[in-house]
Amino acid sequence: MDLNFSADEIAFRDEVRAFVATHLPADIRDRVQRGDERHVADDLRRWQRILFEHGWGAAMWPAEFGGTGWDKTRQYLFDIECFAADAPIQLPFGLKMVAPVIMRYGSDAQKARFLPRILDGTDWWCQGYSEPGSGSDLASLKTRAERDGDHYVVNGQKAWNTLGQHADWIFCLVRTDAAAKPQRGISFLLIDMKTPGIRVQPTRLLDGRHEVNEIFFDDVRVPVENLVGEENAGWTYAKFLLGHERTNIAGIGASRRELARLKRMAGHARRHGAPLLDDSIFATRIAQVELELKALEVTNLRVIFAEARQQAPGPEASMLKIRGTEILQRISELQIEALGPRALQFDGDGEDVPRAVGQYMNLRKLSIYGGSNEIQRNIIAQMVLQL
Amino acid sequence: MDFSFTDEQQMLQDSIQRYLESSYTLEHRAGILAGNAGWSQSTWNELAELGLLALDIDEADGGIGAGPVGTMLASQTIGAGLLVEPFHSSAVVATRVVSSLARGTQREQLLGALASGEAIAVLAHDEDADWFAPRTSTAARAGDGWRLQGRKVCVSHAPMAHWLLVSARVGDGVGVFVVDRDAAGVALREYRTVDGMRAAEIDFDVMLAADTRLGDADARQALDEALDRGIAALCADALGVLDRILAATVQYTRDRVQFGTAIGRLQALQHRMADMYMQVEQARSMTYLATSACLQSDARARRDAVCGAKVVVGQAARKVGQEAVQLHGGMGMTDELDVSHCFKRLLAFELRMGCTDEHLAHYRGLVQSRAA
Ligand SMILES: Cc1cc2nc3c(=O)[nH]c(=O)nc-3n(C[C@H](O)[C@H](O)[C@H](O)COP(=O)(O)OP(=O)(O)OC[C@H]3O[C@@H](n4cnc5c(N)ncnc54)[C@H](O)[C@@H]3O)c2cc1C
Repeated sequence: MDLNFSADEIAFRDEVRAFVATHLPADIRDRVQRGDERHVADDLRRWQRILFEHGWGAAMWPAEFGGTGWDKTRQYLFDIECFAADAPIQLPFGLKMVAPVIMRYGSDAQKARFLPRILDGTDWWCQGYSEPGSGSDLASLKTRAERDGDHYVVNGQKAWNTLGQHADWIFCLVRTDAAAKPQRGISFLLIDMKTPGIRVQPTRLLDGRHEVNEIFFDDVRVPVENLVGEENAGWTYAKFLLGHERTNIAGIGASRRELARLKRMAGHARRHGAPLLDDSIFATRIAQVELELKALEVTNLRVIFAEARQQAPGPEASMLKIRGTEILQRISELQIEALGPRALQFDGDGEDVPRAVGQYMNLRKLSIYGGSNEIQRNIIAQMVLQL
Repeated sequence: MDFSFTDEQQMLQDSIQRYLESSYTLEHRAGILAGNAGWSQSTWNELAELGLLALDIDEADGGIGAGPVGTMLASQTIGAGLLVEPFHSSAVVATRVVSSLARGTQREQLLGALASGEAIAVLAHDEDADWFAPRTSTAARAGDGWRLQGRKVCVSHAPMAHWLLVSARVGDGVGVFVVDRDAAGVALREYRTVDGMRAAEIDFDVMLAADTRLGDADARQALDEALDRGIAALCADALGVLDRILAATVQYTRDRVQFGTAIGRLQALQHRMADMYMQVEQARSMTYLATSACLQSDARARRDAVCGAKVVVGQAARKVGQEAVQLHGGMGMTDELDVSHCFKRLLAFELRMGCTDEHLAHYRGLVQSRAA
């Protein structure tokens, strides 16, 4: 056993660090630091383009589709370095969700049409799974697609769609056989957001942000060629996709960055006339969460190691999701505590103030989406512990 | 020992609740939040008509004299109604400061204007130092009057106040001065708070007339008492929010069906709500304790109980608020239901009038001094 990264891996990490340091535009980095999301669509597209031009557009794709072909360890290191340098995230919907499904189950025509445009950032994808009545119980979804000649006609409503207001395409789970068992009658459709009959309506979140939408489908005609794989086999693809969504789900990069920020904040904040970081109680809280993060990092590496042998991540990915989100939420709580009463201020200036408070509220979502933490615990109980 | 409330106290609570339920809906409130002023004059007038603005004014001064218990019940109802108007800032804290310090015609005029709703006053007290630490604002004699200098932070409802009651060091003691919000030398940096209220950071360098000081004795004890009663009332406000958010969560899980069953039937979630319930009840007990301590004359015991309550209620606010959002799933993240508004008010509670940690530090000091 050896828990150290190899010399090659360290050289790789340094290469990534140097690249991001020189190529990440300062204005984008500053906005990420401030939590300023006003230009988020533009920033994300620009950064994707920069990575693409360097050949790093898709860290998680195999080389045959234009990806880097990196192993999981390199993907992990890449992720951490990007976060540490305050690079924007790469949206998962195209790169990590729909692309793997298209690679595995899509037609050659679909691969040729969609993958290059995801890679270079031309197309922005969003995810149309959840509905008002179907969240945790996704298989109960009701949005219908009926065959009419060489089209499907889609009617229904999707909810909680992240950043769909910027999207060019949406991948949807739709019901194509109402008579079959819930999981058997679902298909996986790719829908152009410009198709007539689609209406995107913002859902305002508790932090005031417009980050999610409701999407209404009213007789939306989708060419049959946009069906992925076979009709009524969509649930299989959805489950496959969920496995991919969980790579890097632990969010180590984000937690490390926010932990470093927390320490800076606690170094500046003063309590009882001394830096808050000198307060043994507050420092103990930071130490506690830092250790939890350390344990999770090693656990994550163990999963990566096992994955390299078994391909898809197993149910232990649920543990990474639960612990990773709880740790990041905890760090954001401590940031609020470090600010003290200044955290009351929600629209004022001051470097970390609005960011920390908005983020604290916004990050409550982490334990709700992507399969809620309760659902993940059910998975551990049933699949790992065999209860 | 008696944990019951009088008929009169209960009627008071019922009348506030009826008023808020019929007139202060979430939509109405959203309109107030979105406006420039951030509060509603007509709501304020209606609170005055209900007698709420005279609630914590002694009968001898023409008020209702409901005292800490009546104020607790009113605050609880007002918290549950998510009222953003300056009831707590003006009708509780500032009113108590005036009641314990002002004398003669100054007392009559100020209390009269506060009770009728003609004027709003807020205490400008917090500074960038610690909650309990000595103040850096100062007032010094200048000619016939005073020169007041300093900076106050987190002054809730300052943007809509007519008068700022500013605490400052005067020689070895402390004085409180009535300052017009619009006076020359008063600079407000206004902002919205996380729970939709308005507040300001204020810089003072202002010349004041001699009669602007409230009373002439050292104000420390009076201030401490007003602050403690204010914290107890704030705990009651949070308790009202806790009751509402728990009830909303229980109801939501009764109605929400996933996997063919109401999610409230799932034991994993039932246990979570059982824990929330226990936290709310512990918060209620500590709010009662703090309120009861405000009826006693022992100032140290009062401070201890109030600090303890702020900690227990603050911890319940954090935990119950987070759990409520979680159990609502995606709906908890939106601005549409009451849950997110309650969540934000509970977060603000943790941060107002001394954060949980500050109060815990006070209690820790007690433990250590007893051990020594
Ligand atoms: C900010 C945000 C962004 C999102 N983005 C997207 C997106 O882009 N695309 C998309 O398709 N969806 C998205 N979602 C939706 C997300 O996947 C759902 O919110 C999630 O699946 C939970 O569903 P729900 O909100 O209906 O909650 P519900 O399923 O109603 O759950 C409510 C509560 O009950 C618990 N619960 C439910 N069932 C069980 C059970 N069997 N055992 C124990 N506990 C249970 C849940 O954990 C939760 O605490 C997003 C959600 C949010 C909040």
